[in-house]
Formats: sequence, structure tokens, C-alpha cells
Amino acid sequence: MTTFQLEKHVNYIKSLDKKTDFDSVVMEHLRMSGAYWGLTALDLMHSLNDMNGEEIAAWILKCQHDCGGFGGNIGHDPHILYTLSAVQILALFNKLHILDADKIARYISGLQREDGSFAGDEWGEIDTRFTYTAVLCLSLLKRLDSINVEKAADFIVRCRNFDGGFGCTPGAESHAGQIFCCVAALAILGALHHVDRDLLGWWLCERQVKAGGLNGRPEKLPDVCYSWWVLSSLVIIDRAHWINKEKLRDFILNCQDQERGGISDAPDDAVDVFHTFFGVGGLSLLEYPGLKSIDPAYALPVDVVDRVFYGQKN
Amino acid sequence: MQAGIGTPTRASTSSLLATIVSQDDSVFSHLAEELTLVADYKAETERLIVRMTMDNNWVPFNERPEWDNIEPMPQDDGPNPVVPISYTKQFREVMDYFRAILAKDERSLRALELTAEVISLNSANYTVWHFRRLVLEALDYDLEEESIFMESIAEMNYKNYQFWQHRRWVAEKRGPVAVPDEMKYTEVVLNDDSKNYHAWSHRQWVLLTLGGWEGELEFCTKLLSQDIYNNSAWNQRYFVIMKDPSRGGLQAMLESEVQFTLLAIHQAPANESPWRYLRGLFKDDKLSLIRRMDVITVCLEQISDDESSVHALNLLLDLVSIGYEPSEADSGTLNEFVGIWSSPTDLAGRLCARLENLDAIRSRYWAWRRTMLPIATRA
Repeated sequence: MTTFQLEKHVNYIKSLDKKTDFDSVVMEHLRMSGAYWGLTALDLMHSLNDMNGEEIAAWILKCQHDCGGFGGNIGHDPHILYTLSAVQILALFNKLHILDADKIARYISGLQREDGSFAGDEWGEIDTRFTYTAVLCLSLLKRLDSINVEKAADFIVRCRNFDGGFGCTPGAESHAGQIFCCVAALAILGALHHVDRDLLGWWLCERQVKAGGLNGRPEKLPDVCYSWWVLSSLVIIDRAHWINKEKLRDFILNCQDQERGGISDAPDDAVDVFHTFFGVGGLSLLEYPGLKSIDPAYALPVDVVDRVFYGQKN
Repeated sequence: MQAGIGTPTRASTSSLLATIVSQDDSVFSHLAEELTLVADYKAETERLIVRMTMDNNWVPFNERPEWDNIEPMPQDDGPNPVVPISYTKQFREVMDYFRAILAKDERSLRALELTAEVISLNSANYTVWHFRRLVLEALDYDLEEESIFMESIAEMNYKNYQFWQHRRWVAEKRGPVAVPDEMKYTEVVLNDDSKNYHAWSHRQWVLLTLGGWEGELEFCTKLLSQDIYNNSAWNQRYFVIMKDPSRGGLQAMLESEVQFTLLAIHQAPANESPWRYLRGLFKDDKLSLIRRMDVITVCLEQISDDESSVHALNLLLDLVSIGYEPSEADSGTLNEFVGIWSSPTDLAGRLCARLENLDAIRSRYWAWRRTMLPIATRA
């Protein structure tokens, strides 16, 4: 059986440091999320100590705007997605105290609309992804009281479909990525009773294809990132045992670059940090030996979440 | 487990700058399918840069007189970047001028033209789109012109959040007059990629905000005739049935929708979408399903035709679980299939056992279904 190439993946993520190619330039605007993916994967692999938290934290603060939100890089506009990534990274490094939580909470609560939904930024794109982002961010900052949580949950419920899944807005097709956002947000809000666990669990386990991987919608190809979105949702609603975990594990392991490290979307494709994170996260949910446990709703290592809420030292 | 790195290397602030390969700019986006397009996107952008390099007409900004008074501003990569990024020269220059204009907050025609150049180089950069909207507003720019610009860059942006958000912003400003353009445009995209999540979402937004319901059900039918497995089109169909104000809601549409769905099942019994759609039609009135002889007949026909029809067996199991008791004739078919059963609970248990075998990857699910038995006898 293929084994997990921990050391190679760690080296792969660190090597991204040295990359100077075209891709990295085009992607400068979302560096914050890239950093979150890479650093969380490193932490799950017990290798976060190799990184310089002080320098990373200083850079993160430079990405913050007067409004409280963070951009994807220095000089880029604030957006709720990068604000969450910034908070998550600082949680990894046990540095949430350097943030002005009230200021960030004001930014996020300002993005909530009358119907309970959240916009991603001042331009007003509405999506249940942003509800998750807002709820998670405020929860980590212990400022959930700054928004209307009942209305936030109500909006998610309006996005629930006849198949038990959730979409980006009311009426939009169920999609595993959106389902993760909605289910995780409801879990954090203590509102999971709105989920029909058996109906949704069946839809989610139908996402497993014969090859063992998971897809995100019917008749789509399996992709490693759904190892995270589908599986974390199943874990949250306590239905993960309905899929074949061994086959899923093997699918993820087969997407590794055995020589240079990193994980790709599907076997034999090119690796990237995004799929590396979701592959490692999926294996963590499958309790693969040698990895830290990841929290299925917070998308952070369990010990990090515990430290935020209970002050425990790992 | 330790990673076993020999000497711990401290990453600099600019580490992980390069950690992104995704065209998309969100942590929780629909990246699975989008990422498959990244390669195309990058190739397209690289070609564009090559074209710019080769193109004798492309004039570097430092040679354009109208840009004389602007001092380009390089990206601040934070303190001590380990490795300075080797930007393509043209790309860097465009970005440096953009940063300068942004810093000055100059909302001028030349700024608008500059944003077009940046977008054509890197359309996922959300800041440039934001700034473009500010400029458009400041100039009170003709939005029909803007639509034309959007068309010109559309092809490489089918899965770009920024592109669709901009499109929505323009359409909202234009109002109902934009409806035909938006419907036509999304149709073009869906012809190319029939499950494009952005296009469907945009279409729903147009319908709800600006109207254009006429013909939408027929549009769904057309797409389903092209690909009966298209779950996005099934979802849109449900959306139309439930929300089109002229159609009278689910009750008015129920019969024709059941017939449409049963035909689709006949056509492709292994397609999960119509089976789910059928359940969706009876979502709030499940019990009436056990009185639908047409539905039951289709299930029995399917298992007679193909003993491994998981979806038909599953629906039968659901029906038995909520009180369906087979008629004598139906019992004949079922007996052949699962043997002679003694009670509805026994029948359901036999169906579960069959499903556990047939759908082995989900055997734990079907085993769980079995634990939900016995079925309460109807009062």
C-alpha cells in the first residue's frame, strides 16, 4: 500500500518559499489564504515550529485596513475571506491577542445584511461561504454577539434544498463546498437541528465514486479537495461511517507526488498547496497515523481550537 | 511525528508567497472543477504576455507621454524577502503603474484603461475590479460599453468570481433592460460548460431581481434533453417550479413534473438526479407517494429490467418504510426478486440486504437503514 510521504510534503510546502515563477506573481493577491493552507498543513504534520511566527504575524498586520478587514496581501483591498485566513493563521501561532478583536468584529458585523446573509466585501456579493467565514472568524475572536446569529442561521436554512444539501444562495444547487460552509456554520451556531442529517448524509455518501474518491456534485469527477468538504460535513453530522474510508484514504494517498511531495486533485496531476492542505486535512479526519487531529468545523488543528477556547497548552 | 528536517530553516515573511496555484481567490470556493481550468488560464495569460512582448504596438508605460507624471510603485513584499520575485517585465510594469494609480486614487479615463490591462493580465485580482467600479462610477461611464468590455474578456473568465460579480453589478445598474443580454450570455456559457455554478447562480439572480421567467422551464427542458444527467439543470427546474410567479407553484405543476421525471428515469435509470427530483416533488407530502401507482410501477419495472437498479430499490425501500404495502400483482414481481417475505419489515430488510451487496461502497449506509427497521404498522 502507498504510504503517506510526510517529510516530502513538509519540504514541498517549505520549498514554495523559494519559488519565483509566474504563478506566484499572478497569485499575489491571495497570499493570505495560501499561507493559511500551507501553514495549517504544516501544523497537522507537526512542523509549524519550523516557521517564523513573528515575521508572519508582522506581515499579516500589514495587510489589515483601517476598517478592520484584511486584504490578501499588502496593498490589497479588505475581504472577509482573507480576514478569516489572517485570524486562522494567528490562531495557529497562538497570537490572537495581537488583534483588536472588536475592530474586526465591527468590520464583519457591518457585512451582515438585513436578511441575515453576509457580503464578502463592500461590493456586496452574497454567498453562504461568507456566512461561514463570518461565523467562524467571530467565534475564534469570541465576538459572535456582534451579529444577529438567529438571522444568520435563518439565511442558511433558506439555502437548504430538497435533496438535503445547501447552495450559495436560496435556490442554488447543492454543492459539497457550500454544504461544508453551511453545516459548519450551523454547528458553530448551535443550530444543527436545521439539518436533516439522514437525508444530507445520504447525499454526501453518494458522492463517493467507485475509485474511492469523492465528488462535489452528481456526475462530477472525484477530487481530493472534496475529501475535505464532504468528509468534514459527514463528521459534523456524525455520518462519516457511511462511506468507505479505506477507499477514500487510498484515493488521497494515490494523489501524492511520491518523489517531490505535495498532493494533487486527482492521481497523476500536478500538485498544489491547496490540494495538499485538503488531502492532509482529509487524512487527518480519517485518523491517519502521525497527523494531528483537525477540527471539522474550524478547519484548524484540534489542539489549536482547544487552546483558543480552553487555553490548553499543547 | 517529526518531519525530520536536518537544520530548521526559518521561513521569511515572503515565504508562502508562492503557495498559490489557484486562479480562484477564495478558501471555500468551488475550486475542484475550477482548478482544472487553471492550467488553461495560465497558458492563456502567458500567451497574452508573449503577445505583448512580441507586439510592437505595445508601448511600455514609461514611454507613454500620458503616464509621465506617474511614479510606478513596486509590490511591498514585506521586510527582507528571501527571493525577489522575477516578474515578467511587462507584467511588473503594468502592476507597478496600477499600484501607483491606486495609491493616488485617480479615477480617470486613463485609470480605467489601465484597469482593463491589469484585468486582461490577471482577472482574479479582486482589487483591480473594485477600483474599476469606483472609476466607472466617478466617470458615470456608459454601462453598455462596459458590457462590451465584459464580452471581450469573457472567455477566460467563466469561473472567475470577480468577473461574475462585476457582471452582476453592471446588470443591476442597467436594470430590466439588461435581462436579454444576461440570459443570452449565461446560455452561451452553459452551452460550453453546462454545470457552471456561477452562470446558474447569475441566472437565478437575474430572474429574481430583474425578471425574465418566460421560457426558463423550456430552457431547462432543452438542457436536460442534451444531457439528462445535468443536475444543475434539474436544480434550476425545481427553482422555476417553486419560484416562477406565473406558474402557480408546485401543486399546479405536480402532475406534469412527475410525468417528465418518470420519463427521464426510463431514459437513464442510473441517474440519481431524477430520483431525487421526484422525492423533492413530494417533499412536504411524502405519504401521497405510496398511493402513486405510476411511481411504483416505474420502480418495479426498473428492478424487473435490471436487478441491480440501486435507485429503484432505494425508492421502494423508502416507500415500504413509510407504509406502502404491495398489491398482489406487485408482490409477484417483488417475490421473484427478494423471495417471499412475511411482513413489510421483512421485505424492507431484504431490500436493505440486496442494496448492501449491490452498492458495496455504501454498505454501511444500507446496514444502517436496516437498523431503522422494524416499520411501525399503520394504525
